[in-house]
Amino acid sequence: MKIIADKPKMLTETPTHYCPGCTHGIVHRLIAEVLEELGKTEGAIGIAPVGCAVYAYRYFNCDMIEAAHGRAPAISSAVRRVVNPDNIIFCYQGDGDCASIGMAETVHAAMRGENITVIFINNGIYGMTGGQMAPTTMPGVKATTCIYGRDPKVYGNPVHLSEMLATLTGPAYIERVACYDVPHVKKAKAALKKAFTVQMEKKGLSFIEVLASCPTNFHMTPIEAMEFVKTQAEPFYPLGVFKDITKEEN
Amino acid sequence: MKKLWKGNEAIAEAAVAAGCRYFFGYPITPQNEIPEYLSWRLFEVGGAFIQAESELSAINMVYGAASAGARAMTSSSSPGISLKQEGISYIAAAELPCVIVNMMRSGPGLGGIQASQGDYFQATKGGGHGDYHCIVYAPSTVQEFVDIIYNAFDVADEYRNPVMIIGDGMLGQMMEPAEIPPMKDTSKMFEKYHKDEWATCGHSDGKPRIINSLRIEPDENEEFTLRLYKKYEEIAKKETKVEEYRMDDAEIVFVAYGSVARICKAAIVELREQGIKAGLIRPITLYPYPTATIEKAAKSDKVKKFVTVEMSMGQMVEDVRLAVNGKKPVEFYGRCGGNVMMPADLVKYIKEGK
Ligand SMILES: Cc1ncc(C[n+]2csc(CCOP(=O)(O)OP(=O)(O)O)c2C)c(N)n1
Ligand code: SF4
Repeated sequence: MKIIADKPKMLTETPTHYCPGCTHGIVHRLIAEVLEELGKTEGAIGIAPVGCAVYAYRYFNCDMIEAAHGRAPAISSAVRRVVNPDNIIFCYQGDGDCASIGMAETVHAAMRGENITVIFINNGIYGMTGGQMAPTTMPGVKATTCIYGRDPKVYGNPVHLSEMLATLTGPAYIERVACYDVPHVKKAKAALKKAFTVQMEKKGLSFIEVLASCPTNFHMTPIEAMEFVKTQAEPFYPLGVFKDITKEEN
Repeated sequence: MKKLWKGNEAIAEAAVAAGCRYFFGYPITPQNEIPEYLSWRLFEVGGAFIQAESELSAINMVYGAASAGARAMTSSSSPGISLKQEGISYIAAAELPCVIVNMMRSGPGLGGIQASQGDYFQATKGGGHGDYHCIVYAPSTVQEFVDIIYNAFDVADEYRNPVMIIGDGMLGQMMEPAEIPPMKDTSKMFEKYHKDEWATCGHSDGKPRIINSLRIEPDENEEFTLRLYKKYEEIAKKETKVEEYRMDDAEIVFVAYGSVARICKAAIVELREQGIKAGLIRPITLYPYPTATIEKAAKSDKVKKFVTVEMSMGQMVEDVRLAVNGKKPVEFYGRCGGNVMMPADLVKYIKEGK
């Protein structure tokens, strides 16, 4: 018998705690696959967020640092200066982590052009704490702290973080992807590969925003949640490359 | 060789001599000369400096560098130290070594920029959330600051615990003769770190390492906290430091730390000239606190009373009262808001009671 598909060794044997239909698990696997394909698992250092992915440090088979809520980019900026420049460093963050409490750390790491990769899981809700409004919750969408739907006049506007960071000089590569079907998962994988390649070439900060599902807090089935990302989130948060200095150089 | 150094710059150079290679900070008076000096100096010795976007970020950079096994520090002054508290709690809980300098200014709020000792509670009783302690030093001269920071990184390493050194605007800004000890050999230091079992430096022995402070099971978290407190017991046994000044025959015992202890010494000389036998207990470590030294003095037949002197509304005095435990009267003399008492004020207080 020939094994044609296997779990990447970059993932540990620990079963994940993610809900069925959650995008976190998919993105973990993609990161693991990409780092293996690039031959960069050795020496990789990951920074886990506070959020549903808090246990990421149990799932990735490399050195992991658990950050305080939102502080992963600050932590990784320091790690970058201490370890071998060839070691891959990645921050894995949710939208509350990366775009709310840690917005300053995100923006300033991007401004400095830190040679790290930030993976930003935009599920439009606070998963871990039970479905409160996120900085990315779309207008009209209900959350436990905007029960009639997010009215921007009352609750403020959501942020398009990829577009915002693309206005800065520091970042080298910024792309928004989704994972709601196989073709998009493949595109997301290609984007991650590009992001880590940019880091390997020491070009500066690479940032991948993943439109993600949270069936649990949107009270949907896994399929409905994926459908929601496709029909509601994607039109509001268009997919695409927002910055690519490797192109500008060509 | 002794040279005339500005306090903050001497501290910065002594940190470099101690093997510190990474500094992360955000400007705030009266400690700015520390980041200013290290912003160029660290690059000369193969280290790095980041002017962080905030103190919050700076302390998390310290967390990152320490995780990767480097000697790292940050410095700030009171409002900035408040912002660092979440990070300090995480550093203590992840058992990472680092050094934090607080050049205290007056609070609360934005307060003022003059010297103060209003952060005693914050420094010694936790500051951030949860059951933890920093090891806290309070030098009273520039030379002592230099010597303490030179040793502080080793202490932080030994116990894998954050060390906080608290001074005040006066100590940071004054110029005094000081000798910076020789550069420590960092090559072996880093070798050791990277071989140590814990540093997440992207080593390649196939055994992933994790730096973490999440212990979601109550039993696991309790077991960890009990272990932390065992460590603090050991620290108390081995690291407590205190100076006793003219205590042999003292009847009136001042208790003071940092700059204020120097003012007390001047007052003691004056009081003794006037026939009043005064002495001083000067805690050098504020955590662990030299409780035993004060207890011993409280039991002495000679000692009539204690006078705690602080640039605050009375914070350390609570620890003095706990140590004296009702055996003798404990009085308090304080100035706050950035004002400093004069030796003559203390002489008058002892003689006239006000
Ligand atoms: C300083 C601090 N504030 C608040 C929290 C509580 N908290 C934990 S996770 C979280 C939000 C997580 O949401 P997100 O980053 O979107 O990640 P998700 O769970 O959706 O993956 C919050 C507010 C915390 N742990 N620390
Ligand atoms: S709550 Fe939402 S984000 Fe968290 S694991 Fe479940 S589905 Fe994923």
